[in-house]
Amino acid sequence: MSPAGAMQLAVALPAAASIPIVITGRSPNLREFVTLACAASVLILVGSTLPAVLSGARPELQLLEILPGLELMFRLEPLGMIFALVASFLWLITSIYSIGYMRGHHETNQTRFYACFAIAIASALGVAFAGNMLTLFVAYEVLSISTYPLVTHAGTEKAKRAGRVYLGILLGTSIGLQLLAILWTWTVTGTLDFTEGGLLAGEIEGPAAAVLLALYVFGIGKAAVMPFHRWLPAAMVAPTPVSALLHAVAVVKAGVFAVLKVTIYIFGTDFMLQSGASDWLVWFAGATILLASLVAMTKDNLKARLAYSTISQLSYIVLGALLATQASILGSMMHIAMHAFAKITLFFAAGAILVAAHKSEISDMAGLGRAMPLTFGAFFIGSLSIIGLPPFGGMWSKWYLGLGTIESGHWLLLTVLLVSSLLNIAYLLAVPIRAFFGKPKDGTVYARVQEAPASCLAAMIVTSLACLVLFFYPQPFFQLATAIAGAQ
Amino acid sequence: MLGTLSNDLPALQVVVPLMSAPLCLVLARWPRLVWILCVAASWTSLAISMELLDQVLSYGPISYAMGGWAAPWGIEYRVDSVNAYVILIVTGIASVVLPFAGASVAGEIREDKVAMFYTLLMLCLTGLLGMTITGDAFNVFVFLEISSLSMYGLISMGRDRRALTSAFQYLVMGTIGGTFILVGIGFLYVITGTLNMADIAQRLPEATQLRTLHTAFAFLVVGIGLKLAMFPLHLWLPNAYAYAPSTATALIAATATKVAVYALLRFVFTVIGPVTAYEDLPFGEIAMALATLGLLTGSFVAIFQENVKRILAYSSVAQIGYILLGIGLATALGLQAGILHLFNHALMKGALFMAVGCFFYRVGSVRLDDLRGIGRKMPWTFAAFVIAGLSLIGVPLTVGFISKWYLLQATLQQGYWPLALLILGGSLLAVVYIWRVVEAAWFGSPSVRANDAKEAPLGLLIPTWTLVLANLYFGIHTELTVGVADLAARTLLEAIR
Repeated sequence: MSPAGAMQLAVALPAAASIPIVITGRSPNLREFVTLACAASVLILVGSTLPAVLSGARPELQLLEILPGLELMFRLEPLGMIFALVASFLWLITSIYSIGYMRGHHETNQTRFYACFAIAIASALGVAFAGNMLTLFVAYEVLSISTYPLVTHAGTEKAKRAGRVYLGILLGTSIGLQLLAILWTWTVTGTLDFTEGGLLAGEIEGPAAAVLLALYVFGIGKAAVMPFHRWLPAAMVAPTPVSALLHAVAVVKAGVFAVLKVTIYIFGTDFMLQSGASDWLVWFAGATILLASLVAMTKDNLKARLAYSTISQLSYIVLGALLATQASILGSMMHIAMHAFAKITLFFAAGAILVAAHKSEISDMAGLGRAMPLTFGAFFIGSLSIIGLPPFGGMWSKWYLGLGTIESGHWLLLTVLLVSSLLNIAYLLAVPIRAFFGKPKDGTVYARVQEAPASCLAAMIVTSLACLVLFFYPQPFFQLATAIAGAQ
Repeated sequence: MLGTLSNDLPALQVVVPLMSAPLCLVLARWPRLVWILCVAASWTSLAISMELLDQVLSYGPISYAMGGWAAPWGIEYRVDSVNAYVILIVTGIASVVLPFAGASVAGEIREDKVAMFYTLLMLCLTGLLGMTITGDAFNVFVFLEISSLSMYGLISMGRDRRALTSAFQYLVMGTIGGTFILVGIGFLYVITGTLNMADIAQRLPEATQLRTLHTAFAFLVVGIGLKLAMFPLHLWLPNAYAYAPSTATALIAATATKVAVYALLRFVFTVIGPVTAYEDLPFGEIAMALATLGLLTGSFVAIFQENVKRILAYSSVAQIGYILLGIGLATALGLQAGILHLFNHALMKGALFMAVGCFFYRVGSVRLDDLRGIGRKMPWTFAAFVIAGLSLIGVPLTVGFISKWYLLQATLQQGYWPLALLILGGSLLAVVYIWRVVEAAWFGSPSVRANDAKEAPLGLLIPTWTLVLANLYFGIHTELTVGVADLAARTLLEAIR
């Protein structure tokens, strides 16, 4: 199949799969089979386009002309390839995990869950493949709306309030700021196509460029740059597989991915450096990295702590994009993949603890490591990768991001990165350490091993192994990333 | 036979619904038959309007002398891209709303009044179509009164007793509006000695009585402003929409204000001319200021309503603000955005009011409190409401996004930054008021009334979903709407040169 056809099918398949999922809703095994079969085919489809992209091809696909001169179109380039690979691979893993989790946790309305999940993935892939800013915006909005039923899955008062924050911030920023930025770009340049080298050089200058960039960065609320970050902790009321795939990978990465796309293809890194449009925005990203880490330390709820950790890590990527040097862009792109694998492992572990031991607060987990060694082992590996220690994949992205700050002479920002890494150690490693060596408060003795369902364990083991493998073999992502960063 | 008929299409456009109105009374004993007759009449009207639009697009404007009496003595019907497009909106909505009426009217109107209701509905349609198609200024007033009088009747037939007071309120304000329009037309006649629009337009440049002309313009704008619910002349609208029967609300909300906007466009651009309106008189500034105020207050007040129909009614006040804003800008792009939104807003408000009509059919109330938990009982209706609501908010892939895109572009093109921000602010307020309904309907524990509701019958669901799908279809395939709106805007602006 041609890469363009594969791209189209990879988006259409999960979107269409929501129908058989609903139809087979009465027979859970059949329904899960549909999900798994679809996820596997999507992964194969996305994977099949990799050789072409690596060899320099940029497959294109015109969908339809929605407005005169403006069409919905796909164009696959290395950055989108990274995002699509990560999202489709982790969808398969998460689907395996959700089967164990949703059944083990006796969740209701599972059919709706799987159907919305499939649509969300379709739109995440739409974001990855988008060939112009309009297509990206369309897919981005569909992603926001299709994940709303997932966030409010529980249907409780708390879920309703969380859903309000979630949709309020995501729709508010995208309609209020991002759409304005897109229209501004359109009025100034007359095109929205992602173009190598950027669109805006020579079209806009001085403070206006800085304002436009700010509209984009804050308008892409999914990147969770403070002060528009509150939706992410709110989204944690969702079932854990949702938090794992969507709010550690697909949704949030769609945000930072969009920021990268804007800096590389709309502004162009040369123009960014020369106009100084990001000079003051980098401090927002830097502040988010530190503040979110500090807030994470105060959270006792494990998922809330992971959510703030995600906010902090997302700003690493935004920072890399805004610095716009070769190394920082490279680091940002690598971090999309590396953080995805590590953070999903942590969420998988958090969900496993909830299913097997019914515990969500860190202080209740003391001593639990003896009952769930594999889960906490995976958590330990994921933490190390996020901190950026060898031999785990997270080291590479942190390395290049650090290099990027040095290249641009921002020594203070380098300090921010280092301090944040230390904070990571404090709030992430504390969890497995307490679980393995702490004493339970209520005096429970965990004598025998009581792990989560096998499918949850399998998913965790795969992703934590992936963290390890990516240290020794980061080539696919590295090659894709250099294809862009090197070209600058 | 068909050949001669096709020459008389402009007349048939008005005559078909007009003749079906008395027939409804004749067939009063068989309500089912009355309904079928009306559906057939509306579908015929739609077919005629499509044919007319096609002819206009291929051969240019059509002029039709009513009864064979040539203008300026006889009445001229004149169809160009602007009103062919508005007629398409009106007949299109009517041919979806009338099938919906079957079940809805049977549930809401006393059986002995059903035939009367349909008669009024057809007369209202006649009035709206006549106002749009005619090329004669006085004829506009006549048809305006036909549509208004039938609307007062339609509104008063609502089940709630407050329908009577709201119909009376509308009657008073509508009559004032009608009188203002009549006075305006009278002044124009004094200046030019003709009632044919094209003739007036031709003679006005030589007019010396500028003060009379300006007064005429002021009377027309205020009068039409009342009919189109321009802020602050919108006070009749929320009650009228809220207490009218569901079918009447859906039809009136989606078409009546649109036709009034068309009348405004016609008088401003074709008859009086943009030079007088925008350069001699500050029409543009006033329209923009009122539009902005309307879209902000309308959206803001909508948030605090407890009755879903009133929420949507105030939202209409806001949406009319968007349309007026485009007209106030008076650029090609602005006009195009306003005209485009006529069509798109008809689609979304029609769909929303029909979805609410489905709720009313099962629950017997549209208070937010009574609709708690209804989303789980009536998932299809609820889904229709959500999609149409997203369209109102302006989410991509819906018609609302297309309108917003053009309107924003038009303001940015002129460098009106604050206006662009206000438009986006209005969208965000729409998120709030739509989501209040969604949250109550989905998360609320079912109210007593909602608890034993079940999904609406297919007779209501199919028309509702037809409009919902149209919201999506025209949000993706925009050639027709954007293309015709562009053509209409250019037709209107040509008058300048």
